[in-house]
Formats: sequence, C-alpha cells, structure tokens
Amino acid sequence: MSAIVVNGSPWDSPDQATIADLVDQWCPSPRGIAVARNGDVVPKSTWAQTRVGPGDRIEIVTAAAGG
Amino acid sequence: MEPSETTGSAPGAATTGLTVAGTTLGSRLIMGTGGMASTDSLRQALIESGTAMATVAVRRVDPSTRHSLVDLMEELGIRVLPNTAGCFTASDAILTAKLAREAFGTDWIKLEVIGDDRTLLPDTVELVAAAEELADDGFVVLPYCSDDPIAARRLEQAGCAAVMPLGSPIGSGMGIRNPYNIALIVEQAGVPVVLDAGIGTASDACLAMELGCDAVLVASAVTRARRPDLMARAMREAVSAGRAAREAGRITRRSHAEASSSFDGMIDP
Repeated sequence: MSAIVVNGSPWDSPDQATIADLVDQWCPSPRGIAVARNGDVVPKSTWAQTRVGPGDRIEIVTAAAGG
Repeated sequence: MEPSETTGSAPGAATTGLTVAGTTLGSRLIMGTGGMASTDSLRQALIESGTAMATVAVRRVDPSTRHSLVDLMEELGIRVLPNTAGCFTASDAILTAKLAREAFGTDWIKLEVIGDDRTLLPDTVELVAAAEELADDGFVVLPYCSDDPIAARRLEQAGCAAVMPLGSPIGSGMGIRNPYNIALIVEQAGVPVVLDAGIGTASDACLAMELGCDAVLVASAVTRARRPDLMARAMREAVSAGRAAREAGRITRRSHAEASSSFDGMIDP
C-alpha cells in the first residue's frame, strides 16, 4: 500500500493503483471531474496509465455551487 | 458607442444578443449559483432568470453528494462558466482554471483572484498576471475586476474576452457604488462589459444596463433573496428594461424645465 493524500486527507492506496482506480473509488461518475497530482493537472486521457506513488498529493475536483 | 440595432418589429422585441468571444448568448443576465439553499431552489431560480450561462466553483468532490450541478445545467440547457472563486494567487487561479477546463470541457473561465477574505476585492496585480497566462494558453478569460478603468484596460490588453467590473463588494448588495467609473469603463472598452458583484435588487441591474453594460452577473441578490425564484424573474425583467432604455436613448438631464406641451394655440382668457 502507498500512503498518499487525497483531497487533503491521508489515504492508503493499493500498490500499482492508477488515477482511474482512485476516481472510481471517490466518484459515482467520472463526468465533470478533474484531477491534479502534485500540483499538475492529470489529463483524463492518461488516468488509466498514471500510477499513484508514495507521498503523492491528489486533488479530485468537480463543480460546486459558487461564483 | 454605436447603439445596437433592435431585432424584430413587435413592441418590446428583444435587442441583439450578447456576444462574447464570438459566441452569442441568449440572455444578458448571467447567474451565479453560490449561496442557494437547495438544488430545487437553484433549479427554479435558474429557470425564472432565463439565463444562458451560470457560474460554478471548482471544489473537491464530496463522495456523499448525490446531485450533480453539471447535470442540472445540462438539463436546463445552461452553459457552465467555471470560476476560480477562492483563489488568492495567480498560480492557484491558473491551476484551478486548468482543472476546470479538464473537468467541464470548456475554455471559458471567470477569473477571480482576491486580495483578502473580508472584502473579497480583486487583487489586480495577481489578476492581470493570471489573465495574461491564461489568455496565452487559449482560455476565454472573463475577469472579475475592480471598477478602476485603468485596471479594466490592462485586462483587455492582456487578452481578456470581456471585463467584469464590480458594482460593490461580492454579496454586499450595495449596488453600483461608482456609476461614473462604470460609465468610463463602458466608454473605453472594446470587449463586452459585465457588471459583476454587489447587485442587491432589480433596480441595480437595470441601472447597470442603462449605464451601457452589456450584461450583468447576479448571484447573492437572487440566491439569498427571500424568494429567489421571484427575484430571478425580477432581474430578468430589469436587465431587459435597462437594455431597452439604453438603446432608446434617454433624454438629457437638465436643471431647468423643458415644457412637454407647446405654448402655441393657448387660449387668452
């Protein structure tokens, strides 16, 4: 397991887990979702190929009422 | 400024649409979604407003949330305008804008970079820096900015697709504190001017349009009204009335009277 941070909270991620796996666990649907890894946007087209590593800071965002 | 042509021959016919970055929107009232009590209230208010575009904030997913704002917008046929609300630095705003582009598939971004969390006033230095970088990266940037005509000019020069000066601080409901500055911005702007922030009631929105703004953005005045759906309808009508009054060409103000009835043909008792 890798210790990572997702949306500000500690999270244990299985080894070799991808961004796509993470989004699956956190979101009912990947529509309207974006991901940043260590401050950089991870394009949706690369989610399935991008593996999370120990110490990664992940932000998973969507639309919220505001503005 | 050239008055735009009215379309249609029926009385009260709609004036020409608002065009931003080559896209024509069907309404000059842009809605903000922040502060609404419930998804149902938001739906009703959005419908009553007749808006064609509404802002959304970019926030961490909440696994317990079942409603999707994006789905609601799509259902109502309303364009999503993501914003960088809550950002204090250009770099935060730039990352947020890129996340929004990825999440919602749009290049449009309402750019908000604030200087402090009590007044929520824009930090012009950070705002211009972010605007330049985002415009260069192909974003359609709509910046929330101060009512300083020089700041507005800088943002237009940076490549913004519109300028969105505040009437007064976000959520303050104080209306348009400096109508003369707004008029100056309107006079010099080569891009659409959207009065954004501080609108409190319908007359504020009407005044913004009478001053020559191309559109208004309203959030708190509707979402926090006692009856958001009713206020949304009021805003819709106010924006329409103000635009028509502007295009009609008002009489000048004068300190003395100008009789509306001719003195010719008066009887001599």
